[in-house]
Amino acid sequence: MGDARLDAIARACRVQIIRMLTHAGSGHPGGSLSVIDVLVAIMFGRLRHDPTRPDWPERDRIVLSKGHAVPALYAAMAAAGYFSDDALITLRKLGSPLQGHPDRLALSGIEAATGSLGQGLSVALGLALGAKLAGSPSRVYCVLGDGEIQEGQVWEAAMSAPKLGQPDHPVDNLTVVVDYNRIQLDDFCAKVLDLEPVVTKWQAFGWPVIEIDGHDMGQIAKALDQAEATKRTPTLIVAHTVKGKGVSFMENNPEWHGKAPKPAQAISAIREILGVTEAGWDAFVAADTATAAIVDELRRLDAK
Amino acid sequence: MPAKASRAAFGEALIELGAKDERIVTLDADLSKSTMTAGFAKKYPGRAFNLGIAEANMVGIAAGLALTGRVPFACSFACFIVGRFETIRISVAYTNANVKIVGTHVGVAIGEDGYSQMGLEDIACMRALPNVPIVQPADEVETKQAIAYAAEHPGPIYLRLTRQNLEPVCPPDYAFRLGRWCLLRAGSDVTLIATGGTVFNALEAAKLLEREGILADVINASSIKPLDEEMLGRSASKTGRVVTIEDHSVAGGLGGAVAEWLAEVRPTPLKRIGTTTFGESGDPRGLYAKFGFDPAGIARSVAKFLGR
Repeated sequence: MGDARLDAIARACRVQIIRMLTHAGSGHPGGSLSVIDVLVAIMFGRLRHDPTRPDWPERDRIVLSKGHAVPALYAAMAAAGYFSDDALITLRKLGSPLQGHPDRLALSGIEAATGSLGQGLSVALGLALGAKLAGSPSRVYCVLGDGEIQEGQVWEAAMSAPKLGQPDHPVDNLTVVVDYNRIQLDDFCAKVLDLEPVVTKWQAFGWPVIEIDGHDMGQIAKALDQAEATKRTPTLIVAHTVKGKGVSFMENNPEWHGKAPKPAQAISAIREILGVTEAGWDAFVAADTATAAIVDELRRLDAK
Repeated sequence: MPAKASRAAFGEALIELGAKDERIVTLDADLSKSTMTAGFAKKYPGRAFNLGIAEANMVGIAAGLALTGRVPFACSFACFIVGRFETIRISVAYTNANVKIVGTHVGVAIGEDGYSQMGLEDIACMRALPNVPIVQPADEVETKQAIAYAAEHPGPIYLRLTRQNLEPVCPPDYAFRLGRWCLLRAGSDVTLIATGGTVFNALEAAKLLEREGILADVINASSIKPLDEEMLGRSASKTGRVVTIEDHSVAGGLGGAVAEWLAEVRPTPLKRIGTTTFGESGDPRGLYAKFGFDPAGIARSVAKFLGR
């Protein structure tokens, strides 16, 4: 079961991910496209936040531990009103608050610097515990990459989490999502260092685990509900996703882990994301001024 | 006042500060009996978190707690906590999380446990981070003041504490200030700049040198970052000869920091006393003699440096 509103936001964010990465000329499309549905489901489905007051103490928090997918977070933040869509194309440019990986000091709304993989879950645990100690209703969402869980610190954090704050302040205000797109930088995870069995590993560390299709808004929402309803322990959601989701030539292809599309490729990608046929594209663009502006901007980039 | 380890003074200071400041919490990695936070944990059990032997996770959790308004003291042996440098670098420093990183058991002075437990490169690592001050107090009075300062300092800070007892060295009216050193003894022939466990020995060495007609400025450099550039410049100009003395590697330590400043700002002949090899097991007194950190060893190095 989908959710038309969230699907539409995610689709618009996918377009922005492609747009900003193409302007940047570098970055990580594959993992940004795999995680965007989960991020949109969290930010637009339930996050208690106020983009005009990013330092509101009782806000819910997102820690994107797989910091290389930050274009997805930037796209969602822009859609939520933290900054304008126009700022997105400053990604990775000198002086931009949109750093190549999340920088808390550069951009309000980023909760922690990440990108050095393996660290975000520990910070999220501290945020969750701190909220509990302060008696705050704040909820914390942490998104891990699948390859990221090869880092040892993740398992230190996994081992500590079910016991942390017990008995008075258990961190059941923490939901963790693994974006299981099966591909890391060098190759398929199964070829580099197999992660399996992922579910039983986390269960053995004391976590309740929910497996879902990470592109199905209905399944994501249900899992987030279930996590929120779980008391006395944080919950792990294994979101099965497709790397490069929405762009046929990027899907399931390790080549697109960390490479930006060229403008012509970006325009094809945007057409696919919007679900328009090649034959219908010119008419679609002619009728849709927002898309026309993005396409025009990309064509000018090509001419440079 | 009897000699006291700075880790012990730290443990006492935390209990006192914890009563006044609800924000203070401690995190340990199964060494709370050694870092001396166990007393705080006993007094405030809901505010002390033992994360097991997992320092990187401890540092990250401390960062998260800091971002929600707590003032976490994350504690372990200096080599183990700074050994998780990448987590400190990103989750604490780059995030600018208000974490107090406490490294105890610094230097060869820990003795019998040997090199693997000795913090000998921690200053070098932490100095490279742009926003983390480094403080190493020299006695009980200074430790308690430095801990109180750290609790109020708005941002990450690294505190370097000893296992061994430290003789009192600070004057009665002493007041710790970040970036300010303390001139403990005034001379004219050479400047001795020591930190932590070597300060008392530098003072004793100055007495030995006086017998040979060498008068030394002796400075307690508890603020390793930032340096007290004013005092360093003034003393170096006066004596024309500078010696640094630290129970840490000369590469990147206090000696490294002083060398960099002098070379750029006021070129002055410099002798750095510190480690240049791995440490080893032994009794602390014997190790200090072997590494030349005892009063006689310091005096010998200084006399040689001055060509006497």
